[in-house]
Amino acid sequence: MNFPILSTLIFLPLVSAFFLFLSKEQKNNNSAIYISLFSSIATLVLSLFLWFSLDWSSSDFQFVEEQSWINDYIKFKLGVDGISILFIVLTTFITPICILSCVNSVKNRIKEFLIAILVLETLMIGVFCSLDLVIFYLFFEAGLIPMFIIIGVWGGSRRVYSAFKFFLFTLLGSVLMLVAIIAIYWLTGTTDITQIYETKIPKEYQNLLWLAFFSSFAVKTPMWPVHTWLPDAHVEAPTAGSVILAAILLKMAGYGFLRFSIPLFPVATEFFTPLVFFLSIIAIIYTSLVALMQDDMKKLIAYSSVAHMGYVTLGIFTLTKQGIEGSIFQMISHGLISAALFLCVGVVYDRLHSRQISTYGGLVNYIPKYSFLFLVFALAALGLPGTTGFLGEFLVLTGSFQKNYLVAVLATFGVVLGAAYMLWLTKRIIFGQTKNEEIKNLKDANRLEVLMLGTLAIFIVFFGFYPTPLMETFNVSVDNLILNFNQDLDNFKLVKND
Amino acid sequence: MQYAIIFLPLIGSIVGYLGKSITKYFSEVTTSLFVCISAALSIVVFFDGTQNNNYGNYIVLEWISSGDFKANWSINIDPLSSVMLVVVTLISAIVHIYSIGYMSHDPHKPRFMSYLSLFTFSMLALVVSDNFLQLFFGWEGVGLCSYLLIGFWYKKETANNAAIKAFIVNRVGDFGLALGIFLIFFYFGTINYQEVFQMVSQYTDQKLTFLGLEIGLITLICIFLFIGAMGKSAQFLLHTWLPDAMEGPTPVSALIHAATMVTAGVFLVVKCSPIFEYSQVALNLVTVIGIITAIFAASVALVQNDIKKIVAYSTCSQLGYMFFAAGVGAYNVAMFHLFTHAFFKALLFLGSGSVIHAFNDEQDIRNMGGVSKKLPYTYISMLIGTLALTGFPFLSGFYSKDAIIEYAYLSNTILGNYAVVIGIFTAFLTSLYSWRLFFKTFHGSYNNKKTPIEKTHESPLVMLIPLFFLAVGALLSGFTFKEMFIGNHSSDFWQTSIFFLDEIKHELIPTWFLFLTPAIVIISIPISYYYFLSNTSILKEFKNTNLPLYNFLSNKWYIDEFYDILFVKTAKNIGSFFWKKGDLGTIDRFGPDGISRLIKMISNKAARFQTGFIYDYAFVMLIGLSILLTYLILN
Repeated sequence: MNFPILSTLIFLPLVSAFFLFLSKEQKNNNSAIYISLFSSIATLVLSLFLWFSLDWSSSDFQFVEEQSWINDYIKFKLGVDGISILFIVLTTFITPICILSCVNSVKNRIKEFLIAILVLETLMIGVFCSLDLVIFYLFFEAGLIPMFIIIGVWGGSRRVYSAFKFFLFTLLGSVLMLVAIIAIYWLTGTTDITQIYETKIPKEYQNLLWLAFFSSFAVKTPMWPVHTWLPDAHVEAPTAGSVILAAILLKMAGYGFLRFSIPLFPVATEFFTPLVFFLSIIAIIYTSLVALMQDDMKKLIAYSSVAHMGYVTLGIFTLTKQGIEGSIFQMISHGLISAALFLCVGVVYDRLHSRQISTYGGLVNYIPKYSFLFLVFALAALGLPGTTGFLGEFLVLTGSFQKNYLVAVLATFGVVLGAAYMLWLTKRIIFGQTKNEEIKNLKDANRLEVLMLGTLAIFIVFFGFYPTPLMETFNVSVDNLILNFNQDLDNFKLVKND
Repeated sequence: MQYAIIFLPLIGSIVGYLGKSITKYFSEVTTSLFVCISAALSIVVFFDGTQNNNYGNYIVLEWISSGDFKANWSINIDPLSSVMLVVVTLISAIVHIYSIGYMSHDPHKPRFMSYLSLFTFSMLALVVSDNFLQLFFGWEGVGLCSYLLIGFWYKKETANNAAIKAFIVNRVGDFGLALGIFLIFFYFGTINYQEVFQMVSQYTDQKLTFLGLEIGLITLICIFLFIGAMGKSAQFLLHTWLPDAMEGPTPVSALIHAATMVTAGVFLVVKCSPIFEYSQVALNLVTVIGIITAIFAASVALVQNDIKKIVAYSTCSQLGYMFFAAGVGAYNVAMFHLFTHAFFKALLFLGSGSVIHAFNDEQDIRNMGGVSKKLPYTYISMLIGTLALTGFPFLSGFYSKDAIIEYAYLSNTILGNYAVVIGIFTAFLTSLYSWRLFFKTFHGSYNNKKTPIEKTHESPLVMLIPLFFLAVGALLSGFTFKEMFIGNHSSDFWQTSIFFLDEIKHELIPTWFLFLTPAIVIISIPISYYYFLSNTSILKEFKNTNLPLYNFLSNKWYIDEFYDILFVKTAKNIGSFFWKKGDLGTIDRFGPDGISRLIKMISNKAARFQTGFIYDYAFVMLIGLSILLTYLILN
């Protein structure tokens, strides 16, 4: 395979963004939407092709591309395995939906907005393909810029505060990661992670390096207590921004843990596992309770995202088969569900321009199609069996029970709270008496919105009943990850005994 | 055929809803027809099993596979599940037909019928599972349908709250069930019933510390599973959702909250008898909770005035009977009571629905009475239902309930003896509240002010025929199936689907004991007639002199209020506290906002140095110079 399929995948959205940039401003900007939609669907098709042509039974990196970049030391190295491919497909799947959602929600400077989204897509795919720490860092951090612009330009009334908060939080962690990457280069002489997997990082440096990476990933996840940027960012971001933020940007950290923290620093991972468990449990219980009391729909969903990501970090650090597979599944599932929920908020926000829960109530009387879809997503979010939300959580909890039963009990209790805030939200928005007169004149979801939400609903239910295509994709890679981790850990322990 | 039983209701649910605009009765007919076919096939499967021993496990599709954590979508037909298939599909079919009449004025009929069929599918998925995960799917699936149906009239605030309450209390139960499944997987490495059951005997001595207590593994598993069962079957402490669930339409109460879903907990305990049998502690817990629920719910039912709430508490109480039957080790008797109870309790609910219909949606029994002649068919079916429930000789309840008390007696343990005493006393209470309901509804003077007596009307045929079938079931199901379910050769029927470590011997029981319960039941009829109908002033007097007791009972032992303060308000308060004080007050205040304020402050201060006057700079330089000099000199 000589054709550089990964590079094509990464730069296809960027190239079309460039074309978009050159295109003339028109009165109705449908052409901008068509161009970006076309290119994002092309990217999706390409990524699906990549998914199906990937050899799932091998845990090696495939479609590897290597180009020397800076003085032969830093290489532009790309590759995918069973874990990263799903995140790539998630990215390319969510992007067209975001572009579609702009039709209704973005009123001014739509061309620039689409450019930002396409650039962001390039960077996100890049994150999931990178096999070199420096390349990874560049993609990872550059993603901040379009997001910062999306929130800061197209956001709500407090957009500047939120954008800066978002930027400050994420940058703070990232700086430490950059230092750690330089340190790794100094220690091993390379930033190619496949080589670092081989050479290993000395035990005495691992803890510090792990913490540096962790500070960046924890902010991005986000984990308690560095999660407070997320509700603000979500509240102010336009719909498409929220969707990308929740569905994909949050997953970069989970992916980072799997790709870097665990294989590069096995000893430190083992050492810090209790810390991660502790923070995850707080994230689950604490933010679920906070979510219960929110009166802003987007804030509520944002807090629920923090709780759901708590399951992800919990599952990853159980380092059991069920825990890690559950986490990956939960990330994909949350990508779909949270995207759908934010789109749902967007649909009614476009009509009534309010995110306050108290504005709504009794929607089912007037917009039944929308209400039905909302109910489906709410149920998926609270982890009803038969949706993807259930399998992810249940596997994570199964995995965590094998490590620490107390943690599992507490985390399982979060499921009860999840049902509480989600059902209460549904009741206040969808059911009950209609108090607001404006609701009576609301138009039900139009064809475009039904298309977006319906597609997501179909996948959420389909993979809830038949997750095998996803599970098979990362099965071998996860096995390999755990195997290597345990071997590395044993080796380091042997050294200690000598 | 097995596939058809399970999937027809699902197909009916989807097709019925999507095709609602084709013709007027499309949804009603489609869903009912599909469920009826499913019921007919279930009966075929049941008899095929009993006659030809034709049981088996059919795997539909792989569901999930993560390492050893594997589960299939499967249809497992064994004696236990074939009994449940019959109960579920038969009652469901009857309720479907009844609903066509009962809901005829509701604009959302298609949605209602679709939910009913969806419920039937979930319940079937629950009972035919061959592993714990599919059980959990069905378990939460029926919970979802229950949520949707309780909240069916979504404009009513109370209905919405009841729906949420039902779901969340059930989630507390599911929390236990989930932990049970995790524990099983952790130790047994599988969640398939057969594989787990085979391994149980190897783990009887395994101990583990849980929350500082040393406890047997099997016991802990059983307790967790039982918490799940308590939630679904509305046992004491997790029962609060069931009476509130009466906000849903009456057919829903008959199907979900009497005949099928609430018995899922009993089914779970019986299904897991191979595990429960190895833990006497857990069995004792089951018995105790069963006894408490039986008497608690019966005592509350005595003073309720809402016709549906009385029947709901009665259901709660009868479920208590089933649990203590299982707890003393008489699983087959518990299943038998589940079976007969399904008929007569569905009959009572549908009969109540017919009464409510007749009175134009009146549910308070104080506003009824004197309509026995106006509603002859409803009257007769309610009479049969009441007789069957109280255990009047030779009706279905007589065989199953007396058998429970007898087996408790035969189990010959201290707890068993308690169960006997409370069981008999509860049977007495059951008679009292049942006859109170019956007399106040149909006899005495006509008390309704809103609807004149001429306006009350008998229900249409489409509602009466289901009542007829259920009445037949309530009359005959006990007598007909007694031998098969709990007779001397019942183990031929149940085979391996119910497991006994050492079976209770069916010894001779003293004759006086056999006659005790029926005698009490019969005597209580004239007693109720006297106190509730001919001479009500004595009771009024009694109520006024014992007001605290009356309030205690009519407020359901104040458990709802207690929970509200303990859980609901607390959770909300903690939530607000974490949000206002935690996120905003601490993390943001000292985190990003604090840092930005700090930077601003420092830069403001630093800016003041830049005054632009030479003497200021000269002064600073002078200070710097003198510090440098001092440092050099001191060194």
